[in-house]
Amino acid sequence: MIPVIYFFILSIILFVLGIIAFSIKRDLITMFMAVEIMVNAANLAFISLAKAANSLHGQVIVFFVITVAAAEAAVGLAIILLVFRQKKSIKAEDMRLMKG
Amino acid sequence: MTEYFWLIPLIPGASTFILAVFGRWLPKKYVSWQACLSVFASFVIAVVSFLGLLKVSPENLPIVKTLFSWIVSGQFNANLSLQLDALSTIMALVVTGVGFLIHVYSVGYMAKDQGYTRYFTYLNLFTFAMLILVMASNIVLMFVGWEGVGLCSYLLIGFWFEKNSAANAGKKAFIVNRIGDAAFILGIFFILINIRSGEFRAINEAIGGGAITQGLATLIALLLFAGATGKSAQIPLYVWLPDAMEGPTPVSALIHAATMVTAGVYMVSRFNLLFTLSGVAAQVVAVVGALTAIYAATMALTQNDIKRVLAYSTISQIGYMFMGCGVGAYAAGMFHLYTHAFFKSLLFLAAGSVMHALSGELDMRKMGGLRKYLPLTYPTFLIGAIAIAGVPFFSGFFSKDAILTHAYAQGQYFIWALGIMGAVLTAFYMFRLVFLTFFGGERLDAHAKTHLHESPPVMTVPLVLLAFFSIVAGYVGLPVVFGEKANLFGRFLEPVIKPGHEAHLTMNMEWMLILISVAVALCGIYIAYVFYLRSPQAPHQLVSRFPKVYNLLYNKYYVDEIYNAVFVNSTIKGSEAVYDNFDLKVIDGTINGTAAATGFTGKLLSFLQSGLVKDYALVLLLGVVIFLGYLLL
Amino acid sequence: MGIFLFSLLAFICLGSVLGMILSKNQAYNALYLVLAFAALGGLFGLLDAPFIAAVQIIIYAGAIMVLFIFVIMMINLRQGITPEKKKWTLFISAGLAVILLAELILAITGTFSALGHAGGEKMGTPTELGRLLFTDYLYPFEITSILIIAALVGAIVLVKKREKE
Repeated sequence: MIPVIYFFILSIILFVLGIIAFSIKRDLITMFMAVEIMVNAANLAFISLAKAANSLHGQVIVFFVITVAAAEAAVGLAIILLVFRQKKSIKAEDMRLMKG
Repeated sequence: MTEYFWLIPLIPGASTFILAVFGRWLPKKYVSWQACLSVFASFVIAVVSFLGLLKVSPENLPIVKTLFSWIVSGQFNANLSLQLDALSTIMALVVTGVGFLIHVYSVGYMAKDQGYTRYFTYLNLFTFAMLILVMASNIVLMFVGWEGVGLCSYLLIGFWFEKNSAANAGKKAFIVNRIGDAAFILGIFFILINIRSGEFRAINEAIGGGAITQGLATLIALLLFAGATGKSAQIPLYVWLPDAMEGPTPVSALIHAATMVTAGVYMVSRFNLLFTLSGVAAQVVAVVGALTAIYAATMALTQNDIKRVLAYSTISQIGYMFMGCGVGAYAAGMFHLYTHAFFKSLLFLAAGSVMHALSGELDMRKMGGLRKYLPLTYPTFLIGAIAIAGVPFFSGFFSKDAILTHAYAQGQYFIWALGIMGAVLTAFYMFRLVFLTFFGGERLDAHAKTHLHESPPVMTVPLVLLAFFSIVAGYVGLPVVFGEKANLFGRFLEPVIKPGHEAHLTMNMEWMLILISVAVALCGIYIAYVFYLRSPQAPHQLVSRFPKVYNLLYNKYYVDEIYNAVFVNSTIKGSEAVYDNFDLKVIDGTINGTAAATGFTGKLLSFLQSGLVKDYALVLLLGVVIFLGYLLL
Repeated sequence: MGIFLFSLLAFICLGSVLGMILSKNQAYNALYLVLAFAALGGLFGLLDAPFIAAVQIIIYAGAIMVLFIFVIMMINLRQGITPEKKKWTLFISAGLAVILLAELILAITGTFSALGHAGGEKMGTPTELGRLLFTDYLYPFEITSILIIAALVGAIVLVKKREKE
């Protein structure tokens, strides 16, 4: 019997690791992957709390989150591809059009 | 019959609105008809209301109708409510009746003017405001009308605004008026604070019930009278009226002779209980009135501009009206207001007719012998002059005599004496005007002579009508010598103007006073005849013997210059100082500074928008951390 | 037994994520992430959510990461990306992240014992989940399907090469 709190703390650590990954990395794809890590950490938190509250609603939410994250990944990667075609680079610093 | 009296101000008001909004697209003929008919309709309703009023018993007076709930603040109400009683009816009849005739006259006089529609819009607006003034049932609404006529006065004096002198005259009128109005407003405030209502009924009840001390009454009365000196052109705020002659002549007739300038007299009569309660204020009114009467008459002696003479004459005659009110004869003062409306507007309109005939000439030194050429203008003008001089059987005699008799009866001998001297001067300068203009040798411009013609009927018919009234209007107020009941006018006003402590004179004394007035008037006429017809060099000899006096009078006692130096220049210098130091530096500085600060802050903050996703994420993270921290702690 | 499994899976998960952070090669990053997601799937299973575990592995590890790998292949960078030159933003971010960690842990201090244990009675069987999905969550279900179609069409339209006009 594993105390649920362990899972919860794990999810918190994963989340913070995702944040650190996002801040450190310079290329778009890896930054996007860090976002996925954060989403998964949240999913883990949902499931563990669904277990703690003994209801299945948390799991349904995770179901939807996964689905939407899939759609978002598809579109996001398409955009990254387009940007790469334009700028020939996937470094985040080169995307400065919104400056000022 | 009195149910519709509240329409009296509203019909000209509606006409004004139509002319103001649609005037640009309306044909000239239509404008003339609408403007004149609206005033005529008001006049008809006024007559009907007057007849109905005669049947109403005094306890039911005054009849008040509230049209619109305007100010409702706690216990204090000031509504758009109109009142029908003897005093307001008389004023309404005068305003609409004389106003109608002047509207008709204007159709002819202003026929060739560019701003024809604008003129009638302003004239109707004036009629509306004046009627509101005289028919208001509370002092706040009366003040609205008061200001409204002041505004119209400004608009109409400066009607030909391209002329600098006209624009300046309009400004002067409005500003001097405003000074009086400041005192008037203070008076209103004192009334409202102490009586908690502006309604005339309530005020009179409060006075009757002893709620006002004599000191307070004096204060309020003096403040209100100060406002009246501005509006009615008495000392010290009369300086705008002579300059106001820059406006069109019908305007001078309507506003500056018959109606607006008499608003002060109306106001004093409306508050007769207040002025009677405070003896000091009444005395001040009488003295100021008498002094103004003489003072203005002296200045009229030397003027060469036909309209200026009439302007000073107006100031002088209003002085008489205030004299009457001040000695307690409010009915006599109102009576003189009523007769004066007829003959003064007649004189102005006839003068306008003369000017029209001479293509705009108004200097009397360039006139003379015109009676041959102006067969209608001359007799009507003459009738007006005789009326104002106080010759018996014409209206002016009855009203002026009523005032002087009352003054003597109340023991105010000094005031009576001033009045008598004024009467001599009045007769003299009026007939000086008549003789210089219509008699004697011709001193006309050659160019003016070729266009010399009598005015069209649309201008002469009002003259004839006014002349008729200048004769008969006085018979409603016969003096006491013809019986106690003979003063119909005074008796009509009794519900409003309580007859005061009437001192009575013996019949012999009454006849004596009448004879003195008549003698004095005839004396003045005779002197004028001598000076200007028999020996025309006499004036010049007199002038050369007393050059200093003549200069003093001709330059209007240098009052305008004194006012300029003392008040106007210091105000201008003060304003300039404030402008340079405060307006430019502080206010503009603040606004420019705010703009500069905003721009600076914007520049600073723009560093935050680097365009990099990472930086935005950093800020987001920072926000989340702070927020969570706040929630936790 | 449960604790052992949990520690193993947690270790693998955290290790892969750390590997992802430290590595500079995108392909390696993607692979590390696949491992992390698989471990995560296992953790879901430990939490009595077998259906979700399966979904996680199929969709996340199986589809989404494959998508990533495809894109990495298409971008075809020869060399890796050098790490950050400006070090100070790094430290700020790291610092803030650690503070966030502390805060979050602080936030849940009161509930350490209240959350109960994993493993046991209630299991997230497909039947149960299906019942919930088609009754309480019918609307989100249908709308999500439309969302997926929109994403599908959008992605294709975006990436389609325009013909030279």
